Amino acid sequence: MPSQKKPLPAHLSRRSFLSSLGAAGVVAGAGPVLATAQTATPVAPMAAGSTPEPIEGAIPVSLRVNGKQLALQVDPRTTLLDCLRETMSLTGTKKGCDHGQCGACTVHVNGRRINSCLTLAVMHEEDEITTIEGLGQPGSLHPVQASFLKRDGYQCGYCTSGQIMSAAALLKEKCGPSDADVKELMSGNICRCGAYPNIVAAIQDVRQQA
Amino acid sequence: MEMFTYTRAAGVPQAIEGGTQAQAKFIAGGTTLLDLMKLNVERPSRLIDINRLPLDQVEKLPDGRLKIGALVRNSDLAHHPAVESDYSVLSQALLQGASAQLRNMATTGGNLLQRTRCMYFRNEAMACNKRTPGSGCSAIEGDNRTLAILGTSKDCIATNPSDMNVALTALEATIHIQGAKGERDVSISDFFLVPGSTPQRETVLEPGELITAVTLPAPKAGSKHIYLKLRDRASYEFALSSAAIVAVVNGGKLDYVRVALGGVGTRPWRSLEAERVLHGKAVNAKLFEQAADAALHSAQPQSQNAFKIPLAKRCITHALTLATA
Repeated sequence: MPSQKKPLPAHLSRRSFLSSLGAAGVVAGAGPVLATAQTATPVAPMAAGSTPEPIEGAIPVSLRVNGKQLALQVDPRTTLLDCLRETMSLTGTKKGCDHGQCGACTVHVNGRRINSCLTLAVMHEEDEITTIEGLGQPGSLHPVQASFLKRDGYQCGYCTSGQIMSAAALLKEKCGPSDADVKELMSGNICRCGAYPNIVAAIQDVRQQA
Repeated sequence: MEMFTYTRAAGVPQAIEGGTQAQAKFIAGGTTLLDLMKLNVERPSRLIDINRLPLDQVEKLPDGRLKIGALVRNSDLAHHPAVESDYSVLSQALLQGASAQLRNMATTGGNLLQRTRCMYFRNEAMACNKRTPGSGCSAIEGDNRTLAILGTSKDCIATNPSDMNVALTALEATIHIQGAKGERDVSISDFFLVPGSTPQRETVLEPGELITAVTLPAPKAGSKHIYLKLRDRASYEFALSSAAIVAVVNGGKLDYVRVALGGVGTRPWRSLEAERVLHGKAVNAKLFEQAADAALHSAQPQSQNAFKIPLAKRCITHALTLATA
């Protein structure tokens, strides 16, 4: 049994810590993994507008994400999902099936929920994009986020940001009062842990408070 | 995904000009096209983004028809007051298709051109006459449980997957098309092609032609609308069999009836045979069974989908019962 858990250094987020482990993995063959992990520099999220190396065939696009305007150069094949995750380091939005079947990639575009895997980043100039990072903040959670916590609306958590983005959009859509109505409108979000009863309860709690 | 050049069309003429270039595709919602590009089933070298074209309005025309712009999203169309009240079969069909997210993306024009879900079409390693003409059909000898039983050929048994198209068929919609040679209107009954020996051709659209709108005839007074969809899951699944019914009953008799089927045909399937049996007759269960028999009379099942014949018949009789109740 481990004697005690050491907290991460203050400058390390969970994301940057995991990124540094990923970097260590690449050079693992060259030396002891642990030693490398301790010396690797955490990968910082890319600053807005910076382009570390030119991408062949890239075209300019200006995206407005979570209230911030970003000028980017992207390969036209880049989906909005890959652009959010890989170019902007907004990794809260998840890639599940990458074919519009699972809902893990759900974000809001101009206030409506869509599958970010089935749309190109270059198609969204002038659009208002909101990801899970822009929905609520620690200390001021969106009501759906708070309700998922209270109702334990997840197990592994991989589908959760998509579920929450979908549910937050559902609040503004035409939806009947019953659990069956919520299930129908949430059927585009798959949870392989099967947390559905708690997800429906979390959404119904928010709807009844409203 | 293969590289392409991306252009945002500023107007319809510019879009059409771009669309006539070799290997060009229009992109609107992207829900079919990007899915298939990731599978290397679609390989356009030019993408013309038509999302900014002014084709996103639903308007009531002075003669009572309803004009639906090609870029009206499925969710907006389903919840449009005129569609909910006067063309409810369309609203019902749209809301039983895909997921809320996909309905926010998918467009009216794009849904008309939705490609089949046949797994052999979607897998570039398999023979498929629709994807690679002349390569053969893997489905006929293969896994064909969900595939078509009406309008098939020895070269293709792929099902048209759309729910919207079935409702538009029952509503006798007209497709408005614009191309380099001008504008033309095509009745939905002439728009979709059966596969025959050229399954790669699914509609009458010529290269570069753009769907600009769909119009629906003036609402049929006193009509009742039903879209009944039967599927493996309760939600977010393609139809094994569906029926769109528009019916007017007067004095216990069917004054007007339109029957269209989904999930069973290589194209959205209008059943004139069923309509002939029903027209002018007194509403009763026996009549509905006769109509269902007539609709499936020419069905040709494959090794795994003979169950679709009784399923489609029950779908039709139940939908007719609901529409005439």
